[in-house]
Amino acid sequence: MNLTLKIWRQKGPKDKGSMVDYKVTDISEHMSFLEMMDVLNEQLINQGEEPVAFDHDCREGICGMCSMYINGEAHGPDRGVTTCQLHMRMFKDGDTITIEPFRAKAFPVIKDLVVDRSSFDRIQHAGGYISVNTSGNTQDANALPISKHAADEAMDAATCIGCGACVASCKNASAMLFVGAKVSQYALLPQGQVEAVDRVKNMVAQMDLEGFGNCTNTGACEIECPKGISLENIARMNREYLSANVKS
Amino acid sequence: MSVLDSKVPKGPLKTKWTDYKNHINLVNPANKRNIDVIVVGTGLAGGSAAATLAELGYNVKTFCYQDSPRRAHSIAAQGGINAAKNYQGDGDSTYRLFYDTVKGGDYRSREANVYRLAEVSANIIDQCVAQGVPFARDYGGLLDNRSFGGVLVSRTFYAKGQTGQQLLLGAYSAMNRQIARGKITPFNRHEMLDVVKVDGKARGIIARNLVTGEIERHSAHAVVIASGGYGNVYFLSTNAMGSNATAAWKIHKKGAFFANPCYTQIHPTCIPRSGDYQSKLTLMSESLRNDGRIWVPKNLEDVKAIREGKKKPTDLSEDERDYYLERRYPAFGNLVPRDVASRAAKERCDAGYGVNATGEAVYLDFASAIQRYGIEQAKIHGINNPSADKIYELGAAIVKAKYGNLFQMYEKIVDQDPYKTPMMIYPAVHYTMGGVWVDYNLMTTVEGLYCIGEANFSDHGANRLGASALMQGLADGYFVLPYTIGDYLSHEIRTGKIATDSPEFDEAEKSVKDRIDFFINNKGQHSVDYYHKRLGKIMWEKCGMSRNAEGLKEAAKEIKELRESFWKEVNVPGSANEMNPELEKAGRVADFLELGELFAKDALVREESCGGHFREESVEIGGEQAGEAKRNDEEFAFVSAWEYKGEPGDAVLHKEQLEFNEIELKQRSYK
Repeated sequence: MNLTLKIWRQKGPKDKGSMVDYKVTDISEHMSFLEMMDVLNEQLINQGEEPVAFDHDCREGICGMCSMYINGEAHGPDRGVTTCQLHMRMFKDGDTITIEPFRAKAFPVIKDLVVDRSSFDRIQHAGGYISVNTSGNTQDANALPISKHAADEAMDAATCIGCGACVASCKNASAMLFVGAKVSQYALLPQGQVEAVDRVKNMVAQMDLEGFGNCTNTGACEIECPKGISLENIARMNREYLSANVKS
Repeated sequence: MSVLDSKVPKGPLKTKWTDYKNHINLVNPANKRNIDVIVVGTGLAGGSAAATLAELGYNVKTFCYQDSPRRAHSIAAQGGINAAKNYQGDGDSTYRLFYDTVKGGDYRSREANVYRLAEVSANIIDQCVAQGVPFARDYGGLLDNRSFGGVLVSRTFYAKGQTGQQLLLGAYSAMNRQIARGKITPFNRHEMLDVVKVDGKARGIIARNLVTGEIERHSAHAVVIASGGYGNVYFLSTNAMGSNATAAWKIHKKGAFFANPCYTQIHPTCIPRSGDYQSKLTLMSESLRNDGRIWVPKNLEDVKAIREGKKKPTDLSEDERDYYLERRYPAFGNLVPRDVASRAAKERCDAGYGVNATGEAVYLDFASAIQRYGIEQAKIHGINNPSADKIYELGAAIVKAKYGNLFQMYEKIVDQDPYKTPMMIYPAVHYTMGGVWVDYNLMTTVEGLYCIGEANFSDHGANRLGASALMQGLADGYFVLPYTIGDYLSHEIRTGKIATDSPEFDEAEKSVKDRIDFFINNKGQHSVDYYHKRLGKIMWEKCGMSRNAEGLKEAAKEIKELRESFWKEVNVPGSANEMNPELEKAGRVADFLELGELFAKDALVREESCGGHFREESVEIGGEQAGEAKRNDEEFAFVSAWEYKGEPGDAVLHKEQLEFNEIELKQRSYK
């Protein structure tokens, strides 16, 4: 198929940036979206132009590095996938595809489609861990039975890949789904109880400091999340936050 | 005497590690505060090492090319992690895990290292649970296990099909705790481009800030390389796009011997390639072989009909299918080790039985598992005389709970529903057992320079068993390196801060800058990918699943020529002082073009078949094992450690003879 691409080009963080049109031809429907971008870049290099910078790594939907905003949706039109798992069979010959970076105040653009998501790391530094030494001298793993239900629910929350699609999809650029998922993982497990009060307060404080917006329960994040992280996690975080503030 | 000293402690195998720990030198907490350690790579090995070293009190700097440590490619490991817990009461023990690993590695690993790995494996599970890793559990709330290839017990712990992700996020959380305390300084979007040696000791690195292009100097009392494997030398592999051998190769060029480069793991269950534009291959976890049955049609007419779309795999009756692993290896069946399963798939496809358009695919079928689980579930739920649909529904639900994310991933890529039609799979490059040579302390042949995880060669011999990579990465990082490096650093307490304005740093920085300038100014005709794809093709065709002397000689020659062309004609757009992904790739491919040649050279020297290294000249001729790989213990029970001498072709071979005191060397039979 032949396609027209409208791609956000921005030389550097301080550059203004603009949409630029490109044509690609003979794209196979079996290609992944990023393989289509590879074709474009090879074409640009051979024409003596600068290729489009974009983040990507594992190309199997788990590292969370890829981050394109395609036709107005984070990770494009398919559901439950990252950009690298999006396939060209979702498009048709002659389509015009708009490709932008994930946009949010807390995700400044570095170059073209590459954004800086280190704000997510800083939220994790604020409390995304259980304070246990890595000596291995803990109790036997089976000494602490955990109900399958709680373990499965914690796992569902823990599958977040930290890509930032939730933020990019939210009209408020809120990071509540991301933070809610981490808070939930630990809130659901007995190991996480000891530090529960400080964890939720510190992580929420850092989230606010980074300039993420608030949640107005629109639910776009849940729909666009490639891992299907549920809105319940935001509710759980709100409960944890409320009870933490009542307790202290 | 060999220049290689493995430094394996004396004494009985079972107490070596404990005795060693009891007698090493320690560093007092006040002195640790004055010692700096650099860790390159933040996957399971690097992440866990960084967290533990920081927790002990050292000042740690971590480096990764990704935008966050959480994205290292350990995250993509699916199936699980082995540990000798014997929770299932099926006879597992430290010794059995040790034995299985040595046997699975085709008797080409160091006994003492493997025993230590098996010994600390149980601690890993305790540690990870304490950190909040949500492993799968049964209804009683205890941890669940599954089975992996090459073993007869269930010792694999898992978190759905995302075990690597959960373990990495565990290590990342331990790092975050130390980052918050200021004990780890993370340098993300940074790439190490050289190591700096002062008076023979590793004292720092030169790194490029991938956002600004700035070249930085970082000093330390010891440097730890945890940068993963070199599977991307094949261009197409299950590695991440950015996975590279640059850190490992740079230290090789500065004196660290490179061991067994020819030991590569070609994983049997990956999604087949679909066209020339393909940028990478996707693994389907080995855990699928617990329930999936591998087959091709018995008759070539059916193969033809399937390729032409006239028949569907589900049209073929049981009699018309060849479950070739079950046929050839009745004892282990679909759960033979990876190297055996991969070669068997290649054998069938080479004979013309491949089931897709490229002729390079076999089926992995879940129909009987869905039936089996469905009937079991019907009983559990008290459903008498369940309909076929009900059985399917109940069975599919169990399969979904076990492998749901893998099935979804397959469907997104191939556009077929694996609950209804068998998956198509084919082997792909997945893991490299070879790597930087290290002694028992995980130190390379350069003092103060350590190498851990997939980047080293140490524990898997010529073939790695499933769910053992995660085990090794975390064992090295959490439980081994923190002890062994302490013994070395105890001699560094009087050294003081290492200066970065020394001639050694000047020189290393200059060579890094010169190379970058070359790339930017060269303005050749071909893109970096053009070269990488050509290198990959040579590697796959001549250094792939089966190798012969003639092909390997050709490969070495062709890679050398390709490298020469690369240095004349490579084209890198953009500038050095900005984010420039093409420039990053150019440096990595330049190193792969050297490593590939050493790979071919190593494979040529090893005139035996062992593990992932299959030499067509070395097969069993007669008897039950006819056609199987033939190892040659008399001549080749050694580790090949290569010393760099300017050109890959001039590398000098040093042999570390492997001694087996606990385990009798046997033909590896899975029949």
